[in-house]
Amino acid sequence: MSNEIADKVKKIVVEHLGVEEDQVKPDASFIDDLGADSLDTVELVMAFEEAFSVEIPEDAAEKIATVNDAIEYITKQKAA
Amino acid sequence: MSETETHSQQETAKGTLMAGKRGVVMGVANKNSIAWAIAKACADQGAEIAFTYQGEALGKRVRPLAESVGSSMVLPCDVSDDSAINATFDEIEKAWGRIDFVVHAIGWADKQYLRGRYVDTPREAFLQAMDISCFSFTAVARRASAMMNEGGSILTLTYLGAERVMPHYNVMGVAKAALEASVRYMAVDLGRDDIRVNGISAGPIMTLAANGIGDFRYILRWNQVNAPMERNVSLKDVGGSGLYLLSDLSSGVTGEIHHVDCGYNIIGMKNPEAPDMSLSSGE
Repeated sequence: MSNEIADKVKKIVVEHLGVEEDQVKPDASFIDDLGADSLDTVELVMAFEEAFSVEIPEDAAEKIATVNDAIEYITKQKAA
Repeated sequence: MSETETHSQQETAKGTLMAGKRGVVMGVANKNSIAWAIAKACADQGAEIAFTYQGEALGKRVRPLAESVGSSMVLPCDVSDDSAINATFDEIEKAWGRIDFVVHAIGWADKQYLRGRYVDTPREAFLQAMDISCFSFTAVARRASAMMNEGGSILTLTYLGAERVMPHYNVMGVAKAALEASVRYMAVDLGRDDIRVNGISAGPIMTLAANGIGDFRYILRWNQVNAPMERNVSLKDVGGSGLYLLSDLSSGVTGEIHHVDCGYNIIGMKNPEAPDMSLSSGE
């Protein structure tokens, strides 16, 4: 399951930020490594919420800075 | 309808309702923007559209959308600055001469005051919300109406929080109430020139801007189960109503605040069959 989540997260990041798949490493920071601006990070969180049918409240969203942060948060929500 | 469906790309009807009409759409942020839904509905009916944006972060999002409807006129416009409004419309006037419609989808309040108590709003935050969310519509309407054809239509976006208290909407509710009043006053001022002024009061939609409103998902879910149509309004719904108000189909309609909210504004209490919902779980 978590691999499925990871793959889907990476796919969304690739599509939204227009980056190459091999750039989307687990510890890649959206802003520092993948060229996201602050609106991108909001849009990414909205895209995750839509794709996974989860809710990511603002305080949690602020802590999602890397690809892995997103995967971990969504995995935890889906398991709950 | 689920929230997800609300967001998916929805095809709008093709036709010629807006053939030969040119308009300016201000305030598109991305593909989930209400302004974009209206622009797309008009473009699919033959309208030619110029887009304006505030700041390059939004500009780079608007350009590909504009391109997808064959528009290359994408201009910056800081609506808090009269000379910037003039410069933007001067450029459009130079290219087109006259226009037929304007969509004003612009509002702003410091996020910090879109929670907690309205009564605590400081003067500066109040004035800024009023300036950008309300006065900018007057300033734009004044400049745009001077280059508008007879039969022109000017449209803004508002929300039920202008008429009734909605949690966290606070200073935006007050600014939207003033905006709705300005729709009526300008309907009179511009009516003799055969220019119509209306507002759409849309139900909640998860846009980039809405993302800043506290507990917005709770508001969405509450509307979804308690609106007469038992669903949330979609971008396509608002796009269609926007098209109507900008086209000649609504040639006798002005000064109107048109609710596009699946009927939510008429209800007096919650749907007895809808579940009670706690804020924490949203369920």
